Order: sequence, then C-alpha cells, then structure tokens
Amino acid sequence: MALHHITLTVNGEFEQVDVPSQMTLLQMLRDKLALTGTKNGCNAGECGACTVMVDGEAVNSCMVLAVECQGANVVTVEGLAKDGVLDPVQQAIINHGGVQCGFCTPGMLISARALLNRNPEPSEDDIRAALVGNLCRCTGYVRIIEAVQEAAKRQKALN
Amino acid sequence: MTPNQPATSVPHPIGDSVTRVDAKEKVIGAALFSDDLQFGPGLLYARIKRSPHPHALIKRIDTSKAQALPGVKAVVTGESFPGMTGLYLQDRHIFCRDRVRYVGDPVAGVAAVSEAIAEQAVELIEVEYEPLQGVFDPEFGATSEAPVLHPDLGKYKVQNFIFPKPGTNISNHFRIRKGDVDAAWSQCAAIVEHSYRIPHIQHVPIEPHVAVAKVDENGKVTLWGTSQSPFAQRNLIAIALGISQSDVEVIAPYVGGGFGCKAGVSMEALAVAVASKTKGKPVKLRLTREEEFYTAFVRQGMVAHFKMGCDAQGRLLAMQNRFYWDGGAYTEYGVNITRASGYSSSGPYDVPNVKTDSFCVYTNHPVGGPMRGFGMPEMHTGLEQCIDELALAIEMDPVQFRRINCVQGGDTLVTGMTMHPTGLSECLDKAAKAIDWGRKVAPSAPNKRRGKGIAAMWKAPAMSPNASSSAKVALNEDGTVTVSVGGQDIGQGSFTIAAQMAAAALGVPIDWVRVATPLDTNYSPYEWQTVASRLTWSMGNAVAAAARDARQQILELVAKAWNEKIEDLDIVDGNVISYKSEETISLKNIAIYGLPLPNDQGWIGGPVLGRGNFMPTYVTGLNAETGQGPRAVVHYTTGVQAVEVEVDLDTGKVQVLRGVGAFDVGKAINPEMVKAQMEGGFVQGMSTALFESLQLKEGVLQNPSFVDYRIATTSDVPMDIQSIIVEVPQDDGPWGARGVGEHSMVPTVAAIANAIYDAIGIRVGAPPYSAEKVYLAMVDAGLVKEMEG
Ligand code: FES
Ligand code: FES
Repeated sequence: MALHHITLTVNGEFEQVDVPSQMTLLQMLRDKLALTGTKNGCNAGECGACTVMVDGEAVNSCMVLAVECQGANVVTVEGLAKDGVLDPVQQAIINHGGVQCGFCTPGMLISARALLNRNPEPSEDDIRAALVGNLCRCTGYVRIIEAVQEAAKRQKALN
Repeated sequence: MTPNQPATSVPHPIGDSVTRVDAKEKVIGAALFSDDLQFGPGLLYARIKRSPHPHALIKRIDTSKAQALPGVKAVVTGESFPGMTGLYLQDRHIFCRDRVRYVGDPVAGVAAVSEAIAEQAVELIEVEYEPLQGVFDPEFGATSEAPVLHPDLGKYKVQNFIFPKPGTNISNHFRIRKGDVDAAWSQCAAIVEHSYRIPHIQHVPIEPHVAVAKVDENGKVTLWGTSQSPFAQRNLIAIALGISQSDVEVIAPYVGGGFGCKAGVSMEALAVAVASKTKGKPVKLRLTREEEFYTAFVRQGMVAHFKMGCDAQGRLLAMQNRFYWDGGAYTEYGVNITRASGYSSSGPYDVPNVKTDSFCVYTNHPVGGPMRGFGMPEMHTGLEQCIDELALAIEMDPVQFRRINCVQGGDTLVTGMTMHPTGLSECLDKAAKAIDWGRKVAPSAPNKRRGKGIAAMWKAPAMSPNASSSAKVALNEDGTVTVSVGGQDIGQGSFTIAAQMAAAALGVPIDWVRVATPLDTNYSPYEWQTVASRLTWSMGNAVAAAARDARQQILELVAKAWNEKIEDLDIVDGNVISYKSEETISLKNIAIYGLPLPNDQGWIGGPVLGRGNFMPTYVTGLNAETGQGPRAVVHYTTGVQAVEVEVDLDTGKVQVLRGVGAFDVGKAINPEMVKAQMEGGFVQGMSTALFESLQLKEGVLQNPSFVDYRIATTSDVPMDIQSIIVEVPQDDGPWGARGVGEHSMVPTVAAIANAIYDAIGIRVGAPPYSAEKVYLAMVDAGLVKEMEG
C-alpha cells in the first residue's frame, strides 16, 4: 500500500503523517494522531459526529481523504479551548445542559464554531441550518440551539 | 442545619441543578468512549459472516479458504459454542449452529490483522443453506399454520414469570383477567374498537456498538465495550461459555447513547467467542451503521387490538386488549416487554373490568429488545387514541374524560395491586393549562389546519422482581469522596445524580465528589442493569446508604476521639462539627489516617469506606391465568404530554409547533437534568411519530442508513417545549425520587395523533405520520383533492 507523506496543521500544531491513499481524515486523526475526540458515528457522511474544521469550513472528516489535507489547517474539538479556557460554545453548551451522552457533542461544537466564525450573529434559522447535519439522539436539540445563541451573544460582548 | 432537622427538609445539593459531572470532559473531547481506547499493535479486528436468509437450515459451512487468507488469525463458527444465552429466556446461541432465523443472524466470525482482511475472509466463508418458509407477521406467527421457528422452545431455560408455549411461536403469553369484561359491555353507553400496527424502529444511538475482547491463557475474559449492563454481560457471557463469573471482567467506558440497545448481551458475545481463539490477543468488533440498523436490538413491532367502553357519565367500565408482539428471531428480552405491556394494559386508568392477552411471537425479523419505554410507547399509541375516541363518542372533552378516569392512589390496579400516591391528575391539569387546552388558534396559513392533542401515560420499571444495586463511598486523603457505582451514565446523568446524593448524605460540597469511571465489574459494585429508569431510585438508594454508612463511621470515630455523643455531631460542608463543644475538624484530617486519642494514647479509625445496597423485596408473582397478585411492580411513574401541531393540506406535512410534558418524578434530584430528559424524550417520541419505521420486506431491511431511516434533526424541533415537574414522593425512593428517563417518549405519538385528528378529523392509523401518509389519508377522506400530475 502506497504511503503518502503529508504535512498539515492540526489544532495549531505542525504535523507530519504517513497515510495510505484510502485513509480518511477521520481515521488519520483518530488512529495516527490519537485525537479521539472526533467521533465515528456512521462513516458515511450522514451523522456529523466526525465534523472538524478544515481551513475554517466544517466538514465530515469521514468523507475527506487524509491525502487531500496536505497543507490544510485542521481544527478538532480538542483544539477549541485555548490555554485551558473553554470556547464560548463549549461553555454555553454546558450552561444550557446541551450535553447528554456527549457523542454528538464534538461535532456539534465544531459546526457551531464554524458558523459563528462566518456569521457572528446568526438567526435561529441560521443555527438550525448549520447544525442540521449533526444528529443527536439524546437532547432534542433545543438546548444546543439555545447554547449557540448564548455563545453568539457572549462572543459579541467579549469583542 | 441541626441534627434534628425536620424530615421534610432536603439537604443540598438535592434539588439543585448542578452541572453534570461529566460535562467538561465531554465538551473538550477528552471523555473516552469504547472506540477511543487504545490497544496497541497487537489488536485484531473482527467481522461477522451473517445470514442472507430470514429462515433457513445451515447445511454446511466451509471456512477453509478464509482460514488460509494471509492475515487471518482465527475463524470461528457455532460448532465451538454450544452454550445458550438470553436474559429472561435462554433462546440464543452465540453463533447459529443448525438454523438461521433472521437476515443478519451470525454464522461465523473472523479475526484478522485489519478490518479489510477480516471482511475479505468473511466473503470467503462458504455457507450452504436450505431456505425455509418464514414468519413475517406476529398474528400469523401465533397461529397453528405458521412454521415453528424454535422447535426446542420447551427445553430453553426460562425465568418463572415467563410463560412460553412449546410447539408454537408464542414465547410468552401474559394474561389479565380482572372483573367480568363480557358482562360489562352491556352496561356501556359507548364502546370503541380499534386496531393499530406499530412498526419496528431502531434506537440509533449516535455511537455504534463496539466490543473489544481478550481471552488470556488461563481462560480469563476481559471485555471492553459500549455497555448499559456490564454485570448482566458478565453473568450471561459466563453462563454461555460455562465459566465462572469471576473469570469475566467487563469494563465499560462512557456510552454514546443506549436507549436499551446496549443492555443485555448481543454482539459482545461474538467478540468474546472470536477472541477465545486468538491466544490472548485483543479483538475488536465494531458494528457498521448498517449493521447497527438490523443486527442490534430493534424495538419490536406490534399489532394491537383494543376494545373499551364507558358509561354515559364517562366512567371507563371495561377494556379488552390483544397484543401481538413481533419479537423477532430471539425473544430472550422481548418476552418481558410482552409481560410489561400486559400488567400495565389498562393504561393509567382505573378500570374495573379488564381482559388482556399479550403474546410474544417469534418471527423471522431482527431481534426485538428493550427500547426506551419498554413496550409502553407502542401500547399507549393505540390506547390513548382510543381514549380520545371514547370521549368523543360520549361528547366529553378528552381532558375531562381522563380526569374522571385517571389512576389515583388507593385504586386497585389491573393486577390487583394497590396504587401508591401519584400526581397524574396534577400532571393532566398542568399540561392542559400549559397548552391552553380548549383555546383554538388560527392556523398560520390558509392551506394549514391547526390542532391540539393530549395523552397520558404510566410506566413501571420492568425488571426482575429483585433487581438490585450497590454502591461504595470512599474518602480520599484530602477529604474528597470517590463514589463507585455499577450503573452506567448513558447520557441520562446518573453519575451526576450519584454525586449529588453522596454529597447530600455525607455532608460535603458537590465539587468534592468524584464518580469512579470507567465501570469495571472487578472494581465497581454490583448493579443489575442500566435500564427501566431505575437508577435514580434503586442505585440512588444504594449510594445514599453507602454515604450514610461512611458518615456514621466518621461520626462514631469523632465521637470517640472527642468523647462526645454522636447525636451532637454533624458533617457540614466537609467538616465534622459538634453542636455541643463547638469543635470542628475537616474530613481531610480523618479520612485515611484516623484520629489520635487524647494524651498520646494511640490512634483510632482508618480509611473510611461506606457501603450500601438496595433490593426491592416486596414484588410478588402474578397468577399465570389471571395476572393477579398482591404487588406486580415496584411503582409507576405517571405523566401527560400535550402538543400543538399544524398540518399542511398541500403536502401532508405535520409540524409540531410546541410541546408540553408534565411528569410525576417523586422528587427531582436535579431539575434541569429532569427537564432535559423530558425534552429529549419528547423529541425522540416526535421523531418516531413523524419519521421512523424499519421497512422490512420478507425479513430484509430496506432502509439501513440515516438517509433512508430519518430521525429528527434541528430542522424539525419546536423551540417551545415546556417541561413541568410534579413531585408526589415515592415512599422508598431516595428523597422521594423515582425515574423519568423513558417515560418522556411514552405518550408522544398518541398526543401527536390526537392533535392531527383535532386538526383534520382523520385517524391516520399506523405511525409514522409521514407527509405522504397523511396526505394520502386526507385524499382518501376527501379533505383534499389529489393534485394532478
Ligand atoms: S461519521 Fe462522518 S458523518 Fe457520520
Ligand atoms: S448528546 Fe447523545 S447524541 Fe447528542
């Protein structure tokens, strides 16, 4: 199996990885870099549990090949908190009780962060649309949507 | 706080909405789930050869080509595993031996150095089948014309409250005979009769099943996995393999949603069986999402026939129910769903005459298992629509009808048990008020119709009568507290509840308490299973007892050291204080090292370790012919949901605009977490009402993916979901608490169906109420004209 040597940035760190052609970004993160915060819920682009940011865009990492990420800037759930301070979306989802089993949470948080980066003042419909690909079987979503609303407010107050 | 505080006062943090103890690690991606555990380069990967036939005899299995494939480390078949497994009825082998009974039934397993090689090896296994006629309908399956799927039913081991009928496909027949139904019909002013067909659905936790098994040279089994039931798995795997429970260790990290499908034993036994042939190397089996849909437990399908009648004043006089549960290929767990729906078959109503026959029927469908609600959502879906119909028949408001009939403390229930105090009528009044019952609101557009619906529910924990819990509370050097439990946190928040209870019972701040994870049957105290919404109540009792035990040890120690009476001492905020001498000492000075006696006379005490257990001792058997007995269950949680919906006449789309839930939880230990359960359950119920159905065609699942099996997303949920907590204390619950996790999806489908009826005047029939189905029903009823083209 041919291995490809790729270099990329993951959560602000420079990484060099040898990956087989068929390896997905999800597999690379979990198996090569031991970043297991990103979850595998379907491996088919249908659940959003594997969502990470690639160059600022929220993508399903199970649908992206690792080799495509040469030179990319990847952010996973492990990269959201800075110096031990939680990202406003992380803090807000805790405050609103939007975490139950927590399996969808990493993907939700990344989708929410990507949304707030491109649209700091999203409407409720914007939030619903941004999270529509992130399935959650536990919470019923309401507290998650509220958490993103709060995070947007908080972020605005900070800036 | 004084030592003689009145019994009604509740210590903090009971009743406080503290933050989940696992929230932070879950939001930073640090919480470990089974798939996240690292096993190093020795890890092997398993794949399973599965039956393509719903029903067939196995004539020959040839594994030689698979064995010869480089990278393959083991190939196993049912030949090596004669033992049987099953929770209430031992009707399954780990791998099929002579017969397959559903599409997906495991016939062989492979371990290889990679998943790809394992998959390739599975393809190389040759199996010759002789296909047999299948059973795809439970009502047909119960007849004498149906082929018998388990000829050995009479030989299976079964718990004494399950009644199989050998020679048929009926693996349990539960009966209720209360009063005289036949005599009652003539006194009824109105009678309604309806049949409902409830489809199979899937739990679809976002985390698929994972099991990693290792069998060492001494035969000791270690299993890491996605488990609601580490102890039940230990027990059942030991039984199936014929080894000691003490030689099985089950380690269960965080679970990414369970809803029942990770209870009991299913795919875990496959991983263990494969690992038994890999010489100590761990083997990982991970279900694909597709496998998750049809090889994990499914929620059983059901065909239900209801007949009920009331007098002119609206008093329910009689009910007659026939339930045919589509138990699937193996009904080891499903037999008890059949029983639970039988002993609760009156719904939450006081009915003098009830006759119920609830049948668990083998079919060639996926294996039915426990799912959130354990038969109650399925049963209430039909029953609560009939209640509305009956109210309509005597021209009574459905809320008023329920008010007259709803169960009250002191009522003689359908099994003869006396009902404990319950807040159902309060739930009913509060839910009706919150949804503005009786106030018509104009639809948002001319092509829409708006309606409101309400439904009530009850549910008891369905379990073995003596299912038990235990807990340990240990103090650490700095006075902090480690609580060990065997019940799992599958998202419902049980670890947080355990921490709150330990803090309250011991007298320490909540942030001093840690819960020991992961669960490990070698170190965690015994817990039957994380099912039946029983942890807050049962495990909670054990935790409170363990914390009180630790507290007692500490107080005895300090009393001795200070030469004071225990009654004068208390533990407040992590300090032992004396109300008499006004002395105080921090727990950190006592927890491990004990205390010095006065005048350098030595030491007393030692590490503090509290223990507690809880087992209900009062549940009795029920008569096999009548279902009557003094106490069928431990208790019932009751509640009501109400919804407002809009139906689009052009498309048939049903939009749920808002929802209200009111449940009697006894005592909300953590009100926000209780509300989160009510919301999550409501949306799960709504999802099953509008979207969900496993489409089975001659036993073959047509929609095993999230694209074809849709669940609710952010685009479907109403933001306006009100959750109302009612608190009528449970006499043997910790601080009065009883469970609510499952209950919140029990009445949802019925409430939505009743609202659809209110909006368009049509009973759509079997859920899900998809846009297409609702539209066609409206066309049928002449409400809309089918669009041309
Ligand atoms: S795992 Fe990638 S979308 Fe489900
Ligand atoms: S919290 Fe469990 S899937 Fe979202």
